[in-house]
Amino acid sequence: MNAIEKSEHTPMKSGTTVERKSDREIVVTRTFDAPARIVFEAWTKPELFRRWWVPKSMGMTLLSCELDVRVGGGYRLEFAHPSASEPIAFFGKYLDVIPPSRIVWSNDETDGGAITTVTFEEKAGKTLLVLHELYPSKEALDANAGMENAMSETFSQLDELLVALGVTVRQ
Amino acid sequence: MVQYNRSDLDVSFAALSDATRRGVLEQLWRGDASITDLAEKFHMTLTGMKKHIGVLEQAGFVTTKKLGRVRTCKLGQRRLEEEAAWIDKYRKLWDARFDALDQVVEEIKQEEKHDERNRKK
Repeated sequence: MNAIEKSEHTPMKSGTTVERKSDREIVVTRTFDAPARIVFEAWTKPELFRRWWVPKSMGMTLLSCELDVRVGGGYRLEFAHPSASEPIAFFGKYLDVIPPSRIVWSNDETDGGAITTVTFEEKAGKTLLVLHELYPSKEALDANAGMENAMSETFSQLDELLVALGVTVRQ
Repeated sequence: MVQYNRSDLDVSFAALSDATRRGVLEQLWRGDASITDLAEKFHMTLTGMKKHIGVLEQAGFVTTKKLGRVRTCKLGQRRLEEEAAWIDKYRKLWDARFDALDQVVEEIKQEEKHDERNRKK
């Protein structure tokens, strides 16, 4: 291995990009090797959605997943984590649904929740997915962005702490 | 691991919300510059540029050093790394999700192919 390969930059092997577009917006992009209708299906059928939304690295378990993907329909996800005594719920409403190219939903579990827009753009059998989160204010973004991310981070830190202290949580 | 907290991030993002300040950071990526140089480059008064540098300095993006009568600005490396770490964590979450989604998508594709073959038989 030479010095250049040892560079500290994280390799972008799968091509997920994240950009903070403005102080209220975050944009995530990724290309999938499948037609848009298939990717759309994986976002809208609960039995498929629950298989990928909570990666193992998050350290959380998805207890329930209800998705009623149509305009005006709602969703509710409940998570469990070894360090949390109560399940943690994420919920909101679908504001716009255009199969297989667009889903817009609200995030209502907190006051400053974002409006999330996902678009699926097909080109030569591949699909460019663009996920756009628009927060009501800059403060809301800083407080809520990647809630699940921040949460799993917090929990894993707590886990480490507990392991270090040699104790288990008793609520 | 990089440590950070929310209020630090607030200051950082506020500092980055201004186009001139982002321009100044870009300029400093290329090399250190004096406040006078920067004021000229961005067509501003010395006082105006001093204010911008003050905000960037407070957020830790820039450090300044006075050499004789000239104040030189350079990038504050540590804070840029923190900022990158915040985005990087967010990216890692989506990356993990999307890797799992890849597998689900691949399975649906295979099933469809299988169904198609069966239909042709």
